[in-house]
Amino acid sequence: MPAGPVPGPAAVVGGEAAQQDAASWSPSTVEVERRAYRRSRATRSAAVSAVSTVVVLGVLAWLVTHSEGWPRVQETFFSWDKAVSSFPAVLKGLWLNIRLMIVCGISILVLGLTLAIMRTLRGPIFFPLRLIATVYVDLFRGLPLLLLLLLLGLGVPALRLPNVPTELVFWGAVAIVLSYSAYVAEVFRAGIESVHPSQRAASRALGLSNGQTLRHVVLPQAVRRVTPPLMNDFVSLQKDSGLIAVLGATDAIRAAQIETASDFNYTPYVVAGVLFLCLTIPMARLTDHVARKQGWHGAGGAL
Amino acid sequence: MTSESATTPTGGAAPDAPLLTVRGLRKSFGEHVVLHDVDLEVQPGECVVLIGASGSGKSTLLRCVNLLEQVDDGVITLGGLDITDPRVDADEVRSRTGIVFQAYNLFPHLSVLDNVTLAPRRVHRVARAEAERRAMAMLDRVGLAEKARARPDDLSGGQQQRVAIARAMVNSPQLLLLDEVTSALDPELVGEVLDLLRDLRAEGMTMILSTHEMGFARNVADTVCFLDGGRILEQGAPAEVLGAPREPRTRQFLSRLVS
Ligand SMILES: Nc1ncnc2c1ncn2[C@@H]1O[C@H](COP(=O)(O)OP(=O)(O)OP(=O)(O)O)[C@@H](O)[C@H]1O
Ligand SMILES: [Mg+2]
Repeated sequence: MPAGPVPGPAAVVGGEAAQQDAASWSPSTVEVERRAYRRSRATRSAAVSAVSTVVVLGVLAWLVTHSEGWPRVQETFFSWDKAVSSFPAVLKGLWLNIRLMIVCGISILVLGLTLAIMRTLRGPIFFPLRLIATVYVDLFRGLPLLLLLLLLGLGVPALRLPNVPTELVFWGAVAIVLSYSAYVAEVFRAGIESVHPSQRAASRALGLSNGQTLRHVVLPQAVRRVTPPLMNDFVSLQKDSGLIAVLGATDAIRAAQIETASDFNYTPYVVAGVLFLCLTIPMARLTDHVARKQGWHGAGGAL
Repeated sequence: MTSESATTPTGGAAPDAPLLTVRGLRKSFGEHVVLHDVDLEVQPGECVVLIGASGSGKSTLLRCVNLLEQVDDGVITLGGLDITDPRVDADEVRSRTGIVFQAYNLFPHLSVLDNVTLAPRRVHRVARAEAERRAMAMLDRVGLAEKARARPDDLSGGQQQRVAIARAMVNSPQLLLLDEVTSALDPELVGEVLDLLRDLRAEGMTMILSTHEMGFARNVADTVCFLDGGRILEQGAPAEVLGAPREPRTRQFLSRLVS
């Protein structure tokens, strides 16, 4: 930076002129034509995608509904009456999934972030913390979730320890949190390590402590970067919350199973599937939207 | 607009077809209009220098010429072809122009050599050996042949800048855009880059560059354009614009630089 060029009053004048100009400006004929062309291209792309979607879906639907076994499949999986009659029970079960998801989701984020920070701490004093975090991640990421669920959900209550909850759902949730936080810790750690060292250097140079650097510079960038993969894990969590059905808790899947038991009509499973989609799809769209609005992806610096 | 002074390339070049013309260029970011009605002509072999305060729109103008920004209005032609037309293949246009960014923008995951050979190999489909031969010749020219295997992060700012110049030059572009290429360099290296750019110009390379260094502008420019608040307020030979500016605003800007 050469000494001197201070954007003084003149720059302000430029700004005002810009405002006036913005109000009075209308596009030239060339620009109008260019916009019309871009619009026509956009319309064409939209039309092409609409037509190709309709054709592909139409062909698929035709193939399925004209297959030999379709009438039987339709009756056992897509029976409207059965769907209506099983809906309340499945929805009630889903409420358990939703609560589990929220409680587990928050616990997983907190535990996962803590573990990730523990693993990225430098210096010999932190060795025990790093070791604990590493062992934890290796252990709980390596064990199948189903095994954890059975061990904790059936094993721990059987110990009859005093002052320890014995509810199945509680231990199911603990198993899910243990397993998922190990995965999420690794996602966070990847994010933390992807922040360029020069960012730490700039922050330390401003006098921020190591902790402040982590809190105000590194983590905000890391979290933004890993939001899409985290979303992925949460969609997966919503589905895996159904695994506590193995402990006998009545979640949406278990409720659907109970409904099917009476007449071997599998429509309740389809109802449960549709309800799960109703949860996950809006959440995915919402994060996409927020991320785009905040310019989180690929927001580069100045030129 | 304010300035109607025609571009007058020095060196007595006949006013044949300009390589680049910019007519009525306008660019805004949201409500903020960054460039207003900019007109510019660049003859083949000419070196145009953009000066002006920070935020006056120099980088934005260069980015528009390289189609890195979509313009709001106006027409830019390169070699007679309207490149602002949405029907034009922007990648093809960009492969004919080289740009060196203010912040270098080297690819940190590639070695210096791979940074330079990326476009020849992937865009122009040059064989690896040939691309590396050309790249090494270019790196040698900017004095960095021995750093070919290094990573950009391991280089000094000035070295990164020279790699960026080599990367832009290796495609033999028709037009070279340089955004404050000397701002990170020590005076000795500024001299080196200046020599490099002078050599390039002597070979007939057409260049547009932005700078805050008036000595550099005076040395290398055929035409100097003074940008203020997104308008070209004054343009002409360096002796005129820098030596005897007509606009009070230009005088003010230059006097502040000297003091
Ligand atoms: N992507 C963007 N979004 C919004 N505003 C932008 C963007 N890029 C540039 N601007 C604005 O445009 C104006 C001109 O920016 P530009 O980078 O062209 O200035 P400059 O003349 O190159 O300045 P400097 O000498 O500091 O490099 C500035 O006010 C800047 O804030
Ligand atoms: Mg700039």
